Amino acid sequence: MHDAQGAWAFFARIDGQIDFSVPSAVNRAFFALSYSSRRLAGLVACVAATCLTPVYASIEDAQQMIRAGQHAKALELVERHLKNHPKDVQARFLKGVALMGLNRAAEAEAVFKKITEEQPNLPEPYNNLAVIYAQQKQYDKAREALEAAIRTHPAYATAHENLGDIYARLASQAYGKALQLDAANTVAQAKLAMINELIGASAAKAATPPAASTKSAPEKAVPTRPEAGGTTTLAPSSPTGAPKPPQEAKAQETSPPSKPTTPASPAPEEEIAAFVDGWLSAWSRKDVKAYLAHYAADFTPPKGQSRSEWENERKQRLTKPGPIQVRRESLTIKPDNHGSVSVRFRQHYQSANFKASSSKTLLLAKRNGAWQILKETAE
Amino acid sequence: MKTLARAALLWLGFVLGQALAADKSLPRYTDAGPEPLLARVFEYIEKSHWEAALQETEKLLAAYPNFRLAHLIKGDLLLARTRPLSRFGEGGEAADAAKVNDLREEAIARLRAYREKPRQDAVPRYLLQLSANQQYAIVIDTERSRLYLYRNDQGTPRFVADYYVSHGKLGTEKMREGDKKTPIGVYRVIASIPRQKLSDFYGSGAFPLDYPNAWDKKKGRNGHGIWLHGTPADTFARPPKASDGCVVLANPDLEELARHLQIGATPVIISNRVEWLSLDDWRNERQALLAMIEEWRKDWESLDLDRYARHYAREFSSGTMDRSAWLAHKSRVNASKQWIKIGIDNISMFRNPGKEEYVVVTFEQDYRSSNLSQRTQKRQYWIKEEGRWKILQEETL
Repeated sequence: MHDAQGAWAFFARIDGQIDFSVPSAVNRAFFALSYSSRRLAGLVACVAATCLTPVYASIEDAQQMIRAGQHAKALELVERHLKNHPKDVQARFLKGVALMGLNRAAEAEAVFKKITEEQPNLPEPYNNLAVIYAQQKQYDKAREALEAAIRTHPAYATAHENLGDIYARLASQAYGKALQLDAANTVAQAKLAMINELIGASAAKAATPPAASTKSAPEKAVPTRPEAGGTTTLAPSSPTGAPKPPQEAKAQETSPPSKPTTPASPAPEEEIAAFVDGWLSAWSRKDVKAYLAHYAADFTPPKGQSRSEWENERKQRLTKPGPIQVRRESLTIKPDNHGSVSVRFRQHYQSANFKASSSKTLLLAKRNGAWQILKETAE
Repeated sequence: MKTLARAALLWLGFVLGQALAADKSLPRYTDAGPEPLLARVFEYIEKSHWEAALQETEKLLAAYPNFRLAHLIKGDLLLARTRPLSRFGEGGEAADAAKVNDLREEAIARLRAYREKPRQDAVPRYLLQLSANQQYAIVIDTERSRLYLYRNDQGTPRFVADYYVSHGKLGTEKMREGDKKTPIGVYRVIASIPRQKLSDFYGSGAFPLDYPNAWDKKKGRNGHGIWLHGTPADTFARPPKASDGCVVLANPDLEELARHLQIGATPVIISNRVEWLSLDDWRNERQALLAMIEEWRKDWESLDLDRYARHYAREFSSGTMDRSAWLAHKSRVNASKQWIKIGIDNISMFRNPGKEEYVVVTFEQDYRSSNLSQRTQKRQYWIKEEGRWKILQEETL
């Protein structure tokens, strides 16, 4: 159950495969939080169950219908839900997805645009706007939208992949102009990966617990209609479209959408300690995915490195042969005035050929309801 | 982005290697063409500021929408975000490697020109003397794909602007009709053909040159229709070697240049590679030649045929006359004169830029004599023979 496969499926590429297996709202919430510490799971599940389930019941159905290619029905359901919850971002997002499924790109565009205006820090609506623009061959606009998605979430893999496609497309347009090639000569139209879920997906993806990922086969695949009229094709799914290191941490408190972001109140020390221990444990296990998942999307890599440079370096270090052991000693937590906390401890590191103790400071903040690392410094 | 860094280093190394080898102390001028922006794009790429490089490229394209070179760079900058590139224009090579190569040549030419502007204190050797009515002169460096515009500042040429130009597909030193080469020599703008009378291919106008000139004809060169002209609407510029022999400018450049052209007067000197002289050396060369012309004038006035004859080269000709026929004719004319007075003004002197060393001298001749006075325009070709400047050809225009 705790696998990230479902989450990855949201990011499957529309020109390739798509899988609509979606964890329940509770699971999403669980995923969003559990990676900080398995010990918190019970608490989180409880919170999620009480807060989220009622709102999401019809949404779940709508998602099911979209999966089954019943976009009209899904739209109907979502519209009904929106009557009572007009501000429900998830529902509005699904409305956009359903509209796209119905070839009503202009309306879908309006829906996604509105969401980006109101919640400019959500990457998914930007991504889907890009999908629409790309269908219309407006690659510059698609690029802008994807760059906006990445600005909000620098490590957003789908947006990066889509942007890569757009860059390639724009490049071929540019080459076409440079070399006066026939339009027909240039590469075919870009088909970008649409994102069908707004919430939790990325956090779930980031949450891959080390022992999970056994259920790799897609739950279901619903081929809906052949490519026609320039719409995207929903083809049978495969899990291969996705996996990349998990990076998709989200800065937005999204469940439920109307809930304000976590206030800057000091967090329970136990929760923070558990988070730090989870981080040290992932490190010691050499579980790169889990380790990196402890870092916020807006984490500032040291030495002026880019996120990917830093990630690559960390990956290399963590995957070096031989055991690694990292543990901590004493922990002081100091709340910061921006809702973040500064955690200081003595870190003892030991690998096959290296041993060091240092004083480490982690700047933590809540992202998507869970603690994540914003900054890491050692003395 | 690391991949792009690698890619950029490779192709920039090539593009800029030559440009950067330039003397860094050369003064830089601002000009209105795309070079300053283009140079900025390359500077950003050099510093690995990819985003800024792309932004500058977009600016370049906003200013010059049909600038193919900028489109190519844009393609590279975008494609490098998706896969490593190792060569300039690599992503376009599969589609048309020859065109990519043309654009690379253009990039090199433009960057080089931007980084190696002519020095303020140097002049092209060819502009020995502009006449008072020649307000501007054009000197073209085909190797560098550059046209330099000079202003006549009371006899001293002053640099005004320079522009990227294309020349013949098969190079220079035109000999034959259809050889797709650009002539090397001293020419003049002899006409102006407005855009309305031209096909789109010639862009915003055309200015025919007087190729083949008297020297070319003497050397048996033929062909015709060597023009300065513009560029078709679908492109901002053409590759460095693109024409059938004409010199091609971007339309805005041609339009700017056109404001300074005097039909029948503006000299257009086409070289393989401009030789630059310091102002002092240039003055010395000019003085030496002016002194020779003055000597010739005095010797003619003297009515002493031997003194006059020593100024004429062995291979001299004028129309159908060879040297001896010319001297015999002069002897007869002189015999009827008690005195002659020769006035020379409005002299222009242009050194030929080719392998053949000669100077084209044009002047107004005020001829007065005991029985006839007339004012004519004369052109002479002076060559070095046995270390002395002598007249190879002389004609009244």
